[in-house]
Amino acid sequence: MGEKISFFRRPAVQTIIASILCAVLGIFIGYIILLTMNAEHATEGMQAIITNFFKFSGNSTVLMKYMGSFLVKSMPLILCAEAILFAYKAGLFNIGAAGQYTVGIIASLYCSLALGWNWFLCVVAAIAAGALWGFMAGLLKAYFNVNEVIAGIMLNWIGLYLCNIIIGGEKCMNQTKSETFDIVSVNPSAILPGFIQDFFGGNKYTTIAIPATIIIAIAILVVLNKTTFGYELKATGHNKEAAKYAGMNAKRNIILTLVISGAISGFAASQFYLTGMEHYTISASVPGMGFSGIAVAFLGGLHPIGTIFAGLFVEYITLGGQYLNTNYYNPQVADLVIAIIIYLCGFVLFFKTLVNRPAKVKVNANAEPATKSAKAEEKEV
Amino acid sequence: MEDYVIEMLHITKEFPGIIANDDITLQLKRGEIHALLGENGAGKSTLMSVLFGLYTPEKGVIKKDGKEVKISNPNDATDLGIGMVHQHFMLVDIFSVLDNIILGSEPSKFGFLTKEEARAKVIRLSEKYNLKVDPDAMVEDITVGMQQRVEILKMLYRDNEVLIFDEPTAVLTPQEIDELMKIMKELAAEGKSILFITHKLNEIMEVADRCSILRKGKYIGTVDVANTTKEELSSMMVGRNVKFAVDKAPANPGKEVLKVENVCVKSKIHSNDSVHNVSFNVRAGEIVCIAGIDGNGQTEFVGALTGLDDISSGKITLCGEDVTKKSIRYKNTHGMSHVPEDRHKHGLVLDYTLEENMILQRYFQPAFQKGGLIKKKEMRQYSDRLASAFDVRSGQGARTIVRSMSGGNQQKAIVAREMDRDHELLVAVQPTRGLDVGAIEYIHEEIVKERDNGKAILLVSLELDEVMNLSDRILVMYEGEIVGEVDPKQTTLQELGLYMSGAKRDNGKEAN
Repeated sequence: MGEKISFFRRPAVQTIIASILCAVLGIFIGYIILLTMNAEHATEGMQAIITNFFKFSGNSTVLMKYMGSFLVKSMPLILCAEAILFAYKAGLFNIGAAGQYTVGIIASLYCSLALGWNWFLCVVAAIAAGALWGFMAGLLKAYFNVNEVIAGIMLNWIGLYLCNIIIGGEKCMNQTKSETFDIVSVNPSAILPGFIQDFFGGNKYTTIAIPATIIIAIAILVVLNKTTFGYELKATGHNKEAAKYAGMNAKRNIILTLVISGAISGFAASQFYLTGMEHYTISASVPGMGFSGIAVAFLGGLHPIGTIFAGLFVEYITLGGQYLNTNYYNPQVADLVIAIIIYLCGFVLFFKTLVNRPAKVKVNANAEPATKSAKAEEKEV
Repeated sequence: MEDYVIEMLHITKEFPGIIANDDITLQLKRGEIHALLGENGAGKSTLMSVLFGLYTPEKGVIKKDGKEVKISNPNDATDLGIGMVHQHFMLVDIFSVLDNIILGSEPSKFGFLTKEEARAKVIRLSEKYNLKVDPDAMVEDITVGMQQRVEILKMLYRDNEVLIFDEPTAVLTPQEIDELMKIMKELAAEGKSILFITHKLNEIMEVADRCSILRKGKYIGTVDVANTTKEELSSMMVGRNVKFAVDKAPANPGKEVLKVENVCVKSKIHSNDSVHNVSFNVRAGEIVCIAGIDGNGQTEFVGALTGLDDISSGKITLCGEDVTKKSIRYKNTHGMSHVPEDRHKHGLVLDYTLEENMILQRYFQPAFQKGGLIKKKEMRQYSDRLASAFDVRSGQGARTIVRSMSGGNQQKAIVAREMDRDHELLVAVQPTRGLDVGAIEYIHEEIVKERDNGKAILLVSLELDEVMNLSDRILVMYEGEIVGEVDPKQTTLQELGLYMSGAKRDNGKEAN
C-alpha cells in the first residue's frame, strides 16, 4: 500500500533533481555574465572554472595534491553547513554560525600559537568557544525571546572584533607581515594528525579533518532520525506548541541546539586553521564560511549527507574562479560568478516546488476512503 | 430543465493508493442551500477542493450556468464567483478585519490602497446581512465566531454567487450556530447558492433544501430534505443505523482523582482574571463536564490545569498529590491525559508521521527507546495497533504525514493516543469537534467505557447535546467562574442556557 510512488515522485529524488537544477542554472547564469563581460572568451572561461584543477590530470601526483587541498578547504564549509542544518531542523536559523566559526578561529590560533597547546586541546578549545557563542544566542532566545538571527548577527561582529584584537596581538601575529605565525614552525604539536597524505601526492595539509567531517555528518543524520533527542528537536522545530504540550522542555532544547550548532561551527574553524594551510589576517568582515554554509545546507536539501556533496560542489566552483584568465576578466568577475552560483543554490526549495508541481499535494487531502477496502484486500491476499 | 448554477459531473480524483472521489455527480440549483453530507474522509473536502481549483480531477467535468468550465486554481474559482469558507479559516492573524476582507482584491489608485470605499462596502454588507464585525479589530483578537463572519463577508465582498461552507459550525457556540443558520437562509433568499458541507444532521434538517450524500468516496444519492428524516440521512451516510443517545449506566463514583481549589488565571488581554476562584473535584468513575459559551475561561482553565499556561493562584491536586507547580511532563506521566482543544496547535506535529505523533508524550519511555535511540519497530507496531483499535484511517498507514489526513482522523488519532496512555484523569476538550455522527458515537462510547473502568473524566464541551448526553455532573462556567452545578437528568437545555448566559447563578439568586 502506498509503495507505488514512482521514482520521480520520491521526495529524496526530487530534492536531488532540484539541487542539480539549481547548480546548472547557476552555472548558466554565470556563463551569461561572462558573455556580457567578454563574449569572445566566455566559453573558455567557464570551461576553466569547471575543469578547475583537473587540468592537471596529466600528472596524477599533482592532481591528487590539488584534490587534497580542495578537500581540506571543503571540510570547514561542510561542517558549517551541518551546523546550520542541525539548528534549522529544530526550527532555529543559526546565522550566528559565522561568528561561532570566528571564535573557533580565536581559540584554535591562540591556543596553538600563544599557549603552545597540542592539537587535541586546541580542537577542544575551539569547540568550547563555538559552543559558548551558540549558548549566548540560545540563552537570549530561550529566556528573553530575542530572535536568534538578530542575536547571531550581533555576536558575529563581536566575535570578529575579538578575533582581530586577540589574534592581531604580538603573540599570534607577525606584526610586519600582519598575518599569523606559521603553526608548523612555532608549535608543530598543534597541527592536526595527517590523513593518507601519501595518497594525496604528499599533500601535507590533508588531515583527520576529512574523516572527522564525514563522521559528524553521519552522526547528525543518526541523531536527527534515530534518537529521542532528534525527535524532540524536530518536533520543537515543526510545532513549538505541540512540543510544549508533549512536555518537552523547549527552553533547554533551544539552548542545547544552538550550543551543538555552535560547537560544530567552532570545530569547523579548528579543522581548517590547525592544518596550517592558511594564515589569519586582520579582516573587516566576518569570515564568509558561515554564510556560504547556509547556501550549502539548502543546496544539500537539508540532508546531512547531501550537504557533503553540496559543500564539495560549492568549494569546487569557488576554487574554479582562480582559473579564470585574468587577462580577459577582472579578478572580481570570478567572485561575482561564483557568488551568483552559490546564491542560486539557496533556491533549492523553490525548484523543489517546481519539480513537484504536477502532483500538487495540498493540505488536507481527504484521501482515506479506499484505504479500508485496500486493507481488506490485503488481508484476503 | 432545471436551473443549475454549478454542476459537477462524474468527478473522479485519485491519490496514491486511494480513490478519494469515485464518479461523483453534484448539481447545485440557483438559490438553494444544498448540503453535502458524509463521514470524515468520505471525500467531501476533496470534492470541494476540486470545485475550488485546489485539485485537478482525473475524470469529470464542471459546468457553470450550463457551460463547461475549467478550474485549475482558486483564482479561476473566484473569477467564476465561487467562494469558500474553509473549515480552518484562511485569515491573516495580524491583519485587521478590513484588511483581511479586501486581501486579494485590494482597491487601489496609482498603487496606493483606497480603503475608504472598501470600508463603506464592508459596513454596508455587514449591516445588510446582520454580520456584526468590527472592521478595525485585529483578527487574532476576535472570537472564532466573528472570524467566520469575516470569512463570509470576504465572499460577499467579492460578489460571489456560489458560497461553499466547509463544516462552518464545527467551531461555533449554539447561539452562533443559530445566527449562522439565519444568515445562510437570508443569503439563499437573496439568490445566492450555498453548498453546505457538514455532518450535523440537525443543521441539515433546519436549513438545507436538498442533501447529497457521499460515503467512502462514492456518491450515494441526493434527497429532498423535506421528505426525509434524520435517521434516513444518517443510515445513508454511515451505511448502518446510528444511535443518537449514549447508553450508559448510572455513575459509580469512587475516590477523588482531581481536586481543584480556588484556581485563578490572569488574563492576557485585560487586567481581570480570566479564570476566577474555580473549585471542584472529579472522582474516579464519573464524567464531569464544564459547559459554557466559548470564551468564558474554559480554555484558560484547561491551560492552567494541564500546565500549558501559568496559574496565578490556587491549588491542583491529582491523585492526592499537589501538582500545581509540576511540569507538563510530570503531569503527563503521573495520571493526566489531555485531548487538547486545538488539535493543530497543540495536539499534533502536523509534519510528523502518524506513528511519530502516536508516541508524542511517550517517546522517552523504555517501551519506545533504548539508549536514546527510538525503537522504530515498536513505534510502528504501537501506531498500527492504536490506528486499528480506534479506526484511524490514513493514506499510507503509520507512515502517513498527519497533515494529509482528514480532520476527523487527526482527532481520532489524538483521542486514541490519549486514551491509551496510562492515566487516571482524562481531560477532554471538545473531543468530538468536527467529527461525524459515527465517530462521535464511537468516541462517546469510549469515554463511557473509560468511566466504567474507573477513570475520572473532565469534559469541556460547547456542544450542549454532548454535555447533556455524556456527563454525570455539569458545571457551568460563565466569565471565568463556575456559576452553577446541575444534574443532567434533572435539568433542561433552557436552564443550562440561562446559566451559560449569566442570567442565573447558583445560590438561587437571579443575576441582574
